[in-house]
Amino acid sequence: MARYVVSTKEEQLEMLRAIGMESLDDLYRDVPEEAKAKSFDIPSGMSEMEVRAFMESLAEKNTRFKKIFRGAGAYRHYIPSIVKSVVNKEEFVTAYTPYQAEISQGVLQSIFEYQTQMCELTGLDVSNASVYDGAVAAAEAIMMAVDRRKNRAVVSGAVNPEMLEVIKTYCESRDVDLVITGTSDGKTDMEELKASVGADTACVLIQSPNFFGLIEDVEDAVAIAHESKAKFILSSNPIAMAYLKNAGEYDADICVMEGQPLGLDVAFGGPYLGIMTCREALMRKLPGRIVGQTADHDGKRAFVLTLQAREQHIRREKASSNICSNEALCAMTASVYLAAMGRNGLVQAAKNSMSHAHYLASRLLELPGFSMRYGGEFFHEFLIDAPVAPKVIEDKLREKGILSGLEVDGGILFCTTEMNTKADIDELVEIIKEVL
Amino acid sequence: MKLLFERSISGRGQEILPACDVKEYVPADRYLRKADLRLPEISEVDLSRHYTELMKQVHGVNDGPYPLGSCTMKYNPKVDEDAAALPGFTGLHPLVREEDAQGSLEVMYRAKELLCELTGMDDMTLQPAAGAHGEYTGLLLIRKYHKERNDLKRKNIIVPDSAHGTNPASATMAGFNVINVKSNDEGGIDLDELRKAVNDETAGLMLTNPNTLGIFDKNILEVTRIIHEAGGLCYYDGANLNAIVGRIKPGDMGFDCIHLNLHKTFATPHGGGGPGSGPVGCKDFLKGYLPGPVVVKDGNTFGFIRPEKSMGQVRSFFGNFLVVVKALTYILTLGAEGLKEASSNAVLNANYMMHRLKDYYDMASGDICMHEFVMDLSRMKAETGVSAMDIAKASLDRGIHPPTMYFPLIVHEALMVEPTETESRETLDMMCEIFIDLAKKAKEDPAYLNGAPYTKPIGRPDEVTAARNPVLKYSF
Repeated sequence: MARYVVSTKEEQLEMLRAIGMESLDDLYRDVPEEAKAKSFDIPSGMSEMEVRAFMESLAEKNTRFKKIFRGAGAYRHYIPSIVKSVVNKEEFVTAYTPYQAEISQGVLQSIFEYQTQMCELTGLDVSNASVYDGAVAAAEAIMMAVDRRKNRAVVSGAVNPEMLEVIKTYCESRDVDLVITGTSDGKTDMEELKASVGADTACVLIQSPNFFGLIEDVEDAVAIAHESKAKFILSSNPIAMAYLKNAGEYDADICVMEGQPLGLDVAFGGPYLGIMTCREALMRKLPGRIVGQTADHDGKRAFVLTLQAREQHIRREKASSNICSNEALCAMTASVYLAAMGRNGLVQAAKNSMSHAHYLASRLLELPGFSMRYGGEFFHEFLIDAPVAPKVIEDKLREKGILSGLEVDGGILFCTTEMNTKADIDELVEIIKEVL
Repeated sequence: MKLLFERSISGRGQEILPACDVKEYVPADRYLRKADLRLPEISEVDLSRHYTELMKQVHGVNDGPYPLGSCTMKYNPKVDEDAAALPGFTGLHPLVREEDAQGSLEVMYRAKELLCELTGMDDMTLQPAAGAHGEYTGLLLIRKYHKERNDLKRKNIIVPDSAHGTNPASATMAGFNVINVKSNDEGGIDLDELRKAVNDETAGLMLTNPNTLGIFDKNILEVTRIIHEAGGLCYYDGANLNAIVGRIKPGDMGFDCIHLNLHKTFATPHGGGGPGSGPVGCKDFLKGYLPGPVVVKDGNTFGFIRPEKSMGQVRSFFGNFLVVVKALTYILTLGAEGLKEASSNAVLNANYMMHRLKDYYDMASGDICMHEFVMDLSRMKAETGVSAMDIAKASLDRGIHPPTMYFPLIVHEALMVEPTETESRETLDMMCEIFIDLAKKAKEDPAYLNGAPYTKPIGRPDEVTAARNPVLKYSF
């Protein structure tokens, strides 16, 4: 078996003798016998060559789809080569949370740059250094908004269902009165939203583009929230936000996003990162790490973890959140991605994704029996009804190495990015024709 | 050095994507962004060099020893990284059919089974993304357990004053009241204090063992018995598992649920503060409350189930999957014997260092420790004016990452040292010599240490100003 312990058996014995012991077991003499394990049913170790071959054999058991037309919370965008080259650098990969600023300026500066980019993208004032994923970001945003006086959170029923599950868990644990509103033609039902929001409402959360890909009437929701002095939380997609109206333009108070589209692999769900930005007034309620600029004693620019009075290691049970680790390397990934793409590249990704989706929709609608489920403006996902069961289409596409859209409510939720070229879309349509 | 934005020159940049190959779709104007988007305009070579420069201002595990107590900064094996970078894993969409994800499901299942066996648990979720996230999840299991039994008055979680700050913070998030109990001189639970603290409102106890002073609590079986007799459950904070993995199972100590830090014990890298992974294991009677989906095996196929009375989800999808790939690779590489060798050597290395340093620094407890030990610099500070912070900062100039400072809180001038098993004796000796030399310097030239470090990219930053006048983004 491979091993990473450095000392030889002889060296170990010498070190043991130096501390007045004879065996490694002596080190555990204070442990009560009943607490010591009798045995472990764990296989023997492997050599590096064997373990790599074994892990490769597991990876090969997954189906490799050459084309993906599925999103629903995880999006395959093009990742520029420089992204992995940067984030695979050993120093970034292996460093700890940058508590020691003097030897962590590289990580701290990269988070400061990330925070700046997130504020720029969302149009809000303050960003944290990321949280676990977009769903947790949404739940944490609700926790920022609620207090004893205002304990109701009103959430659109058209948000991503994974996110909704996480929101439910967090709200239940904090005894937050969670109201999930219904939908109308695939979008948040504004009448119902208005009826649900009152003086006790802490926040309203809407996702746009929503789970069905539709662009919501965000202005209406913001007006409803602000009329009752509730905070407005916008959940969105970071690629869409480069092209569509951003959180600042909508006058949102908090913006949350799943950051995965910004240069991260879909990777069976993780690691991803949760983006959180907010208005300055909410700065001290923002959870997680935040990096600030200051100077050292010579006046040289320096970056540090700051506003730590919010955090668990200082405040313990009174902390604004328990977050300790965030997703720092994922945040750096997003930051390198945005720097490589630039404004024009990012807008291009958004436009290509959206245009491909509209092209795909128009091609499918040429086929007999296809119809759009909903009528509204959509970004890069749409729900379409087919004349045959979604599974029939999915099976056929799967045979050809293509991952179909996700079956949702009896329809198919298709997604395209800049990766789904015209040729791919034309091929997809031709294959679908075979099962009609 | 310059920020990305300060390197930006209008008109520069990269062309990554092709032009749109279909008719461009333009949505209604009212949906379009009007705000400027000031991302850097920068060439690939300048971008690449920017990060190379940043990289040189980061201390990673390969830049020198990293005895950061409580953080288990062991070497991160390269083969683990290779496994997690396999396209079969990185390219898999999370919402595929189970039959298309058999490899990833098998990774999760094997990791879960091995981790359960190592900890004496019966089932496990891999969904939590970090240790604190795992704590929150574990506490929700406890909450759900009492709720299902209609035992609604159990609102208190007992936490020793030596605990990690995440423990009380997680308990609050999970809707509990925190009852702090004092530790004894060894950082263990004071049994009399504990007996006074428990009652019919006790939901459970959160405990790290070995504790944050690096001592194995000899009374552990009595501690968990007291909690169980009061009707509470026992939660194991796995932050310090590296001392005991392959030797002792938390389940055998009487713990009902646990979290693990794969990024500590199981050698996955920390990434400058994440991504981590914080699986939560539990005994049989709690597994019906685990967050969904949980991976299961049926014959030779793997799939997901949602436990009947699941507490809900704590993250989207299945957690930080690629981190789990790395941890599984590590466990399979070492096997039972290798894991035992790792923990034993982690403990040996810590004892070796403590033994060499005890004539120069006061130790916060005892003459034998587990995988870490705490030095108490209160006397040094009183006599010389040199604080734990000063020694930590001075060690930066000597090329080592400082020990954890000012933790646990029950020791006032604490430096917590955790060398891990992946350091050689020469490195341990080198670290000891540095700390011994610094102890001498504290007497000879305290002012010098008060001003350290001197050789790093920056000197001590002004943290007070940073918090008082926050500058949290670049001003264009």
